Amino acid sequence: MADQLINQVLWPLIYILCIVLPLVLAVAMFVYWERKVIGWMHVRLGPNKIGPAGVLQAFADVVKLLVKEVILPTKANRFLYFMAPMIALVPALAAWAVIPFSGKMVLSNANAGILYLLAMTSLGVYGTMLAGWASNSRYAMLGAMRATAQMISYELAMGLCLVCVLVLAGSLNLSDIVNAQAGSKGFFDWFWLPLLPVFVIYFISGVAETNRLPFDMAEGESEIVAGFHVEYSGSAFALFFLAEYANLILVSFLSAIFFLGGWFSPLQGWVHADAPGWINWIWTGGFIWLFIKAFLMSFLFLWFRATFPRYRYDQIMRLGWKVFIPIAIAWVFVAGLLKYYGVVTTGMGG
Amino acid sequence: MNPQTLQLICFYAFSFVAVVAALSVITLKNTVHAVLALVLTFFSAACLWILLDAEFLALALVVVYVGAVMVLFLFVVMMLDIDLEKMHEGFVKFLPVGVIVAVVMLVEMVGLIGVRTMHAQGLGANPATAAGVSNTAWLGQALYTKFLLPFEVAALILTVGLVAAVALTLRERSDARYESASRQVRVNPRDRVRLVKMAAVRPEPSAATSENTPGEPQP
Repeated sequence: MADQLINQVLWPLIYILCIVLPLVLAVAMFVYWERKVIGWMHVRLGPNKIGPAGVLQAFADVVKLLVKEVILPTKANRFLYFMAPMIALVPALAAWAVIPFSGKMVLSNANAGILYLLAMTSLGVYGTMLAGWASNSRYAMLGAMRATAQMISYELAMGLCLVCVLVLAGSLNLSDIVNAQAGSKGFFDWFWLPLLPVFVIYFISGVAETNRLPFDMAEGESEIVAGFHVEYSGSAFALFFLAEYANLILVSFLSAIFFLGGWFSPLQGWVHADAPGWINWIWTGGFIWLFIKAFLMSFLFLWFRATFPRYRYDQIMRLGWKVFIPIAIAWVFVAGLLKYYGVVTTGMGG
Repeated sequence: MNPQTLQLICFYAFSFVAVVAALSVITLKNTVHAVLALVLTFFSAACLWILLDAEFLALALVVVYVGAVMVLFLFVVMMLDIDLEKMHEGFVKFLPVGVIVAVVMLVEMVGLIGVRTMHAQGLGANPATAAGVSNTAWLGQALYTKFLLPFEVAALILTVGLVAAVALTLRERSDARYESASRQVRVNPRDRVRLVKMAAVRPEPSAATSENTPGEPQP
């Protein structure tokens, strides 16, 4: 009984903490990194006062947000108003359960991993919608409606991209999908090559799904101030912030897992040196490669933000429905043909 | 505590949540709360299915109903302007009809269960476990081999429904303004912007202005 409790309850809880705590820390440091990068792109310094080179800026912001007053607008729906940030955050954290960090490091090796991810990301919409409705504010309501329409539209494109991936990999399990990208041709064995348009669509849809620039119609500070979370302050706002960045990092990891070979090295199959473990990972692969890839993908978010002007609302909808979804549907058939005629082979045989 | 007991406890917990949430759908005064209770009902049903190892169906329920259908539902309900008092008046009036419908459905379901037990056809072993593959893989193989024709017919019917819904609700408005994206893309910059080349010469500062703003170009 006690053994079972420890094995089935305590250890999973510790594993969950091992994922969630570094994730929250990563969000804090990523916000600092974002402000620095955008600062450099704008030819200015970015945060540089708190801590060496400003690295503690994020923590100062967290303390500031936590000690601020949480304001409840007049005639707001009290229960839903405070539930909404939590509904936004929980799916963003829960989705991390099925992420395989390396061949053995995975919290839940679920068979239907992709479906689970789709389910969790589709739940995030509720946080946005309820925040907008419960705030009893026109700005928030408009922002919520825009955000919801946008997120539902791009979820479709994202789902179709994942269909292409699972056609090639032949599995919904994320570890199996990464293992299908093993091979002897280095990074040409990864799925980005046969699925190049889908890779691009997936990542852009991910940017739209997380409401990041240039698709930040939900916030659009020049039109509707801050969209669905305009009425939120203090720690309630901090939860929305955390959810947005947790989703951003999640999309970066997923792009790396689905299209960039997960934890595999870009040199796989090319180098056959025998070296000690601390240097061997460079060509045999390891979780560090996944982190490097995810970091590069998340850098793209910042690059987009500093580069592109915001899309107009009808342009966003047109891009999602009339450009991305048809291309993704067509590529499902292309992926099927590639698989059927053996152009793309998966696993070590490829 | 053996796994069966734990599963039983979980089953009752999820069922309890599902039943309570389903009851609150019809008893809650606030329509948005009612929609959220319906979401909770679907979610609890999905949890029950996961307990039965039907992971694909459970996650599909969450993706389709919770993630898409109910979001659109909530979208509409949020924008409704409903007089809650007026809505509540009809509750007692329509209660008998509701009770009759519920009782008939209950009798039908109990009858069905009774007939099934009299046939004494057990469901048998889980075919997915018997085949040694995951629930999702088995379902995929069954759908695309044994039930391919019904599956494709169902897909066709759904597509027809989709097209019909669009055709029924599409209004051609002559006064609507729209932009043709292809025309926008085909625009030549030379038609819209005239670039004027000017030599980068610094004009000689005149005596009057050089005192105040040295080096500023003259108008």
